[in-house]
Amino acid sequence: MAKVPVQFTLNGSEKAEFIDSGTTLLHALRDKIGDTSPKGGCHQGTCGACSVIIDGELRLSCLTLAETCNGAAISTTSGLSEGGVLHPLQRAFLDTFATQCGFCTPGMIMAAKMLLDHTPNPSRDEVVEALSGNICRCTGYEPIIQAVLTAARSNSQNAA
Amino acid sequence: MAIRRGRGVAAINYPTGMNLGGDPTQALVHSTPTGNFMVTLSSVDLGQGMKQIMAQICAETIGVPTDRVVVDTADTDTGPHCMGTFASRGTHRAGNAVIQAAKEARQVMLEVAAEELEVNASDLETDGQGNILVKGAPQKSISIFDVALSAHFKRGRSISGRGMFLIPRSYPEKETGAMKPSTCYAHACTVAEVEVDDETGEVTVLTVKNIFEIGRALNPKMVEQQLVGGSWMGISHALYETTEPYYPNRDHGGTDFNQYLMPGPGDLAQTEIIVLERPSADGPYGAKGPGEMCANPQIPAVANAVFDAVGVRIDTLPITPERILRALKAHAAN
Repeated sequence: MAKVPVQFTLNGSEKAEFIDSGTTLLHALRDKIGDTSPKGGCHQGTCGACSVIIDGELRLSCLTLAETCNGAAISTTSGLSEGGVLHPLQRAFLDTFATQCGFCTPGMIMAAKMLLDHTPNPSRDEVVEALSGNICRCTGYEPIIQAVLTAARSNSQNAA
Repeated sequence: MAIRRGRGVAAINYPTGMNLGGDPTQALVHSTPTGNFMVTLSSVDLGQGMKQIMAQICAETIGVPTDRVVVDTADTDTGPHCMGTFASRGTHRAGNAVIQAAKEARQVMLEVAAEELEVNASDLETDGQGNILVKGAPQKSISIFDVALSAHFKRGRSISGRGMFLIPRSYPEKETGAMKPSTCYAHACTVAEVEVDDETGEVTVLTVKNIFEIGRALNPKMVEQQLVGGSWMGISHALYETTEPYYPNRDHGGTDFNQYLMPGPGDLAQTEIIVLERPSADGPYGAKGPGEMCANPQIPAVANAVFDAVGVRIDTLPITPERILRALKAHAAN
């Protein structure tokens, strides 16, 4: 079958690939483009490990066809640090020991980024709601909730 | 019909490691030409922090900063033998093996340094910062970097060590059945408070207060993180998780995350963790195994709390609404 061209922006840089029609964005990102930060946990939209932000919306890359992303702006966890300086969420996840095996972490961070982009000072309940589509097996969630609240506080301190 | 509140307590005594056919772990340590140290293991880090802890143990034993140690757990085909990372055994078994290997490597390192400094190896000590000093005359010193270079390119010595830690199999005595299933036990106690809806059978865990006695906490923050996660996992085992809800009938088993229940971030009990450190006699720097152990006491504590709340004993896990309602029905019929 003929390959389909796709073109989009990934973390600010232009990407173009020829893919098989029906390729998921997760597969295209990981195996074609080489950004392995989105993880394939369940491949059916249940675990949230593959979460990415597409044109300002949190999306499950395992359920998104790559060819529907033509012209889109896609952000993943691997693009969050700037000049070697970690994003406040990455910093907070490290500082509060909010990760163990790390498999859920990129999806958690993208879900949390989406929340903080729109709600810079969320309540605990808002954090819980934002993370409720992401499964973690190791941490018991509480350290992750605390990491997001910590990142929100450090953001508001920096803004002040 | 009402929401009923109950409180349950449970304490556990948990063996570190296992006792099937003997429980060995092997470790190898060697220096690179520039005086970094490699620990080679087959004990895999599942996210519990095995690599960090082994780097700390190796660094402490050899006398170098932790960031001078690289832990390689790459391949169980080619690495030294390990029974595996389970049964709360990783830190205890692999840690002891790493200490033995690191001691042997340290001895060679000191012998090479002694030749360079023209002193006896027994008169040397490390400063923990990457240098070897003559005891009482610290102005006479050599960096571990230079010692490694000398060993590799001048003296033809291998700064390396072998470690093997084995808990031998314990056979029961024929007369009494007495045996020694483990040499090292961790302990924990949990108090759980629950609400049980006696109309729907639903259980809500309000609080879990845990106290863990885990030997020495080699990395306190990582121990805490494992205990918090383990406490959550214990509640998950008690109330949610099963692949075979009608065991031994395989029907209705969960096949994916949609059907395999675990508490999400909105279902968290208020959790308290207290750590007691009582260094173990045979653990590496006094450590015991906090891993699998820490997800156990919540289960009987929740079962006891359910009994306290609604007067029925559920002896099959998980404690589902269905099981509670069936037990309440049987209880009422009697």
